[in-house]
Amino acid sequence: MRMLINVPETVVADALRGLAAAHPELTVDVENRVIVRRDAPVAGKVGLVSGGGSGHEPLHGGFVGPGMLSAACPGEVFTSPVPDQMVRAAAAVDSGAGVLFIVKNYTGDVLNFDMAAELAEDEGIQVAKVLVNDDVAVTDSLYTAGRRGTGATLFVEKIAGAAADEGQPLERVESIARQVNENSRSFGVALSACTTYAKGSPTFDLPDGELELGIGIHGEPGRERRAMMTSREIADFAVNAILDDMSPRNPVLLLVNGMGATPLLELYGFNAEVQRALDERGVAVARTLVGNYVTSLDMAGASVTLCQIDEETLRLWDAPVKTAGLRWGM
Amino acid sequence: MLDADFFRRWMTATAASVDREAERLTALDSPIGDADHGSNLQRGFHAVTAVLEKEAPATPGAVLILAGRQLISTVGGASGPLYGTLLRRTGKALGDDAEVSEGQFAEAFRAGVDAVMALGGAAPGDKTMIDALVPAVDALGDGFGAARAAAEEGALATTPLQARKGRASYLGERSIGHQDPGATSSSLLVAALAEANGE
Repeated sequence: MRMLINVPETVVADALRGLAAAHPELTVDVENRVIVRRDAPVAGKVGLVSGGGSGHEPLHGGFVGPGMLSAACPGEVFTSPVPDQMVRAAAAVDSGAGVLFIVKNYTGDVLNFDMAAELAEDEGIQVAKVLVNDDVAVTDSLYTAGRRGTGATLFVEKIAGAAADEGQPLERVESIARQVNENSRSFGVALSACTTYAKGSPTFDLPDGELELGIGIHGEPGRERRAMMTSREIADFAVNAILDDMSPRNPVLLLVNGMGATPLLELYGFNAEVQRALDERGVAVARTLVGNYVTSLDMAGASVTLCQIDEETLRLWDAPVKTAGLRWGM
Repeated sequence: MLDADFFRRWMTATAASVDREAERLTALDSPIGDADHGSNLQRGFHAVTAVLEKEAPATPGAVLILAGRQLISTVGGASGPLYGTLLRRTGKALGDDAEVSEGQFAEAFRAGVDAVMALGGAAPGDKTMIDALVPAVDALGDGFGAARAAAEEGALATTPLQARKGRASYLGERSIGHQDPGATSSSLLVAALAEANGE
């Protein structure tokens, strides 16, 4: 596998230096691994802090800026960041209005953010937390660590970010974030495994002519393996898996997300099939986003995320946003 | 009796053992995890030996509390908080004594393992580090060598289990047939105890 890196040990730091050079509107602390909106703390505004392992770019660092996150903490590749980073980020963005931690539901992220919340509260920062757990591929939550946080993270960060920028109080921003998560479901497939820098070879063995259904975003294998399917068949499978779990009465936001190595040409074709499948099931799509947003290094494949919305969440979704990874309206 | 120097040797021996076994830990983490367990623990235990050398804490308790904090601040993932809590809570239970008996240590280590179970929510049989640590704690009364054997046996016994905690749990039945990387690194930590004791 050929990779555009120096050495595996500096991949995250190198990327942060590059992010800083490309985006002067961000304050990037390379040593302590914290990415902060340049204008933070914004008076009277709730701070939004997220973070997680690296390797999912543009999530989360690419979503820092007006209308979305206040700060992000990147960990090592596929490894949760440490509490020190989160406390530093919280202190940098807290204007006195409190801080919301947006946490993807993985054991490591949950433990580190829990520890960070305690430490930040010791420093007098009011902290609330919302867990993102939208992945329907994890069915048996009694015997697992629970559903994983995947594509819905983008919806939560964007919509809660818009609410925070309007000056809504912490309690309200938290409940909006929670509601977006509760109304979101995702399902992902892999056409190839990804290669982590620590290992240097694919994280699992996927022979030609087969695909993994129900994958997460950390190179872990999925729920089951099948013979290769067409874009149309995959779209039906993913949409059915989601609609088996949720029956939207309202229109939805749709994210057709690439895992990192699938060309946009294929993703748009897949989007056409997903829209057809949703139409056949009577689900109305209010807004669509197609692209690589919540990725898994160089994995080929895609995920589908639906978020059931109301007028208020649609208004917040449409509100202006200006980040490295997502921008419109400003 | 065990002094601060013994606990420093324990941490140094663990770091050396994690270095030697890093590739194997990462390989075990590949089919049922995300292939980074070896490198994450290497980063953590290197930082631990560095900070112990720099600050030279004087008591067994202080050595383990500092080591635990350093793991929490450098490892990330689930391993950082879990291993950090194991050492920190063991250190706290040892108190301020300049020397502790093996019996005192066994009791303190049990408190550390209990804290890991409380934090991570795992029980024996869930295919986690607990499956090596609990047998080790139970065997500590018979000495470090017995604890090492019990931990190794416990790690091997995770192979036929289905994971119910952590990232491997997402695989359901497909996690069966693989030895758990966390239980394996826990057995290295316990084996390093015997090594630090010259066994």
